[in-house]
Amino acid sequence: MTALLLEWTIKIAVLLGVLMTAVAYLTLLERKFMSWIQLRVGPDRVGYWGLLQPVADGIKMIFKEDIIPLEANRAVYLAAPAIALIAALMSMIVIPYGSQVNVFGRVIDLHVTRMNVGVLYVLALTSLGVYGFVLAGWASNNKYSLLGGLRSSAQMISYELAFGLSMVSVLLYTGTLDLASIAEGQSGWYGLKWNTVQFPLMFVFVVFYIAALAETNRTPFDLPEADSELVAGYHTEYSSMKFVMFQVAEYLNLITSSSIATTLFLGGWNGPFVDRFPLLGLVYFGVKVLALILLAMWIRYTVPRFRYDQLMRFGWKVLLPIAIINIVITATILLLRS
Amino acid sequence: MSNYLPVLLVFVISILVAGAILILSRFVGKGRPNPDKLAPYECGVEPVGNARERQSVKFYMVAMVFLLFDIEAVFLLPWAVVFRGVLKSDVYSPLKYIFYGEMMVFVVVLFVGLIYVWRKGILEWNR
Repeated sequence: MTALLLEWTIKIAVLLGVLMTAVAYLTLLERKFMSWIQLRVGPDRVGYWGLLQPVADGIKMIFKEDIIPLEANRAVYLAAPAIALIAALMSMIVIPYGSQVNVFGRVIDLHVTRMNVGVLYVLALTSLGVYGFVLAGWASNNKYSLLGGLRSSAQMISYELAFGLSMVSVLLYTGTLDLASIAEGQSGWYGLKWNTVQFPLMFVFVVFYIAALAETNRTPFDLPEADSELVAGYHTEYSSMKFVMFQVAEYLNLITSSSIATTLFLGGWNGPFVDRFPLLGLVYFGVKVLALILLAMWIRYTVPRFRYDQLMRFGWKVLLPIAIINIVITATILLLRS
Repeated sequence: MSNYLPVLLVFVISILVAGAILILSRFVGKGRPNPDKLAPYECGVEPVGNARERQSVKFYMVAMVFLLFDIEAVFLLPWAVVFRGVLKSDVYSPLKYIFYGEMMVFVVVLFVGLIYVWRKGILEWNR
């Protein structure tokens, strides 16, 4: 029992360390990528190629003054970024990063835990993350924060339906909610068993990805927190490390959505020669998640922002019917094939 | 049961991380508050009105419709998970069609509900 506890603690510690570093360097990647798309060089003064920029930004943010507005509800004001961050961190433990490794004679699975309701757990945590944003907007006692928080949460719950229902189509195919089993079921056959390549599911991937972008308040759907609208939305009144917690939570949500998309649709850690060298699974997983994140960033710097009513119309009148019709079509195809 | 212990573990560790970040910013950042800094931000002008006024009801309507369709998703999830298993097993063949048809009736009924909400204008104008 204690060996198991130690194994979990080490895995969680390694996972949190890797994730925090990844989030810090994602800010650098975002700025560099944005600048290349805009035909300029990004941050490159701080270290070689700008690699120390996240460190400099982090230290700067720690030393900023911590302002708590006079009229804010203190307890909720302090708890809201914590809720957003905790919900974002907790969903990474069920994602399979690889199959199994043999370390000193002990077989270690490359996921922290294997729940037989993995997909439901992730959906639940995404829903809980909405609380952080709406409570932040309310507790700041600022009209613009409140409006930004309400709009942000209304947007997130609208797209959560398309997010969940497109996952239902995948579940019709896989027959299990366990993310590790879903990744294992896509192995072999030179990538022809990946869920994106199966006939009805290629469109579901597009629906899922768009819903994931809207869910994480990202790219063309980031009106509630954009800099020129509504001041800064729900994080107007936040300064220093609490603001950093919101940004970390946003990038973590992006990483989590990309990881879920890779596991459900792109075959997770599968790739050539992964049965002989299990650690290659980590590499393949990382490459696929990075590709999806770069795609999200690419969309961000190419597509103009949606107006809020266009956004809600798209979520309810286009994505939701498409997700429901996809479920019907997938079920019909499976029935006719048997 | 022991599968879920890491959830508690990661919850505790995340709370510690978040708490550490909050405490860090409290004690390291310099504190020089003055009343202008502590007032609510309204693009540099004097704040007008209270933030605790009434908000529009359309947010509540969106939440209600989300709740209904989320319940539908909750019903769809277990059905989707056992669907393939039922089709592959060797039960009496019309039973498979009934299994499929029954959930399709449910989805169609809820789709009609979506069309009703659409025509009523709840998903409309200010959204």
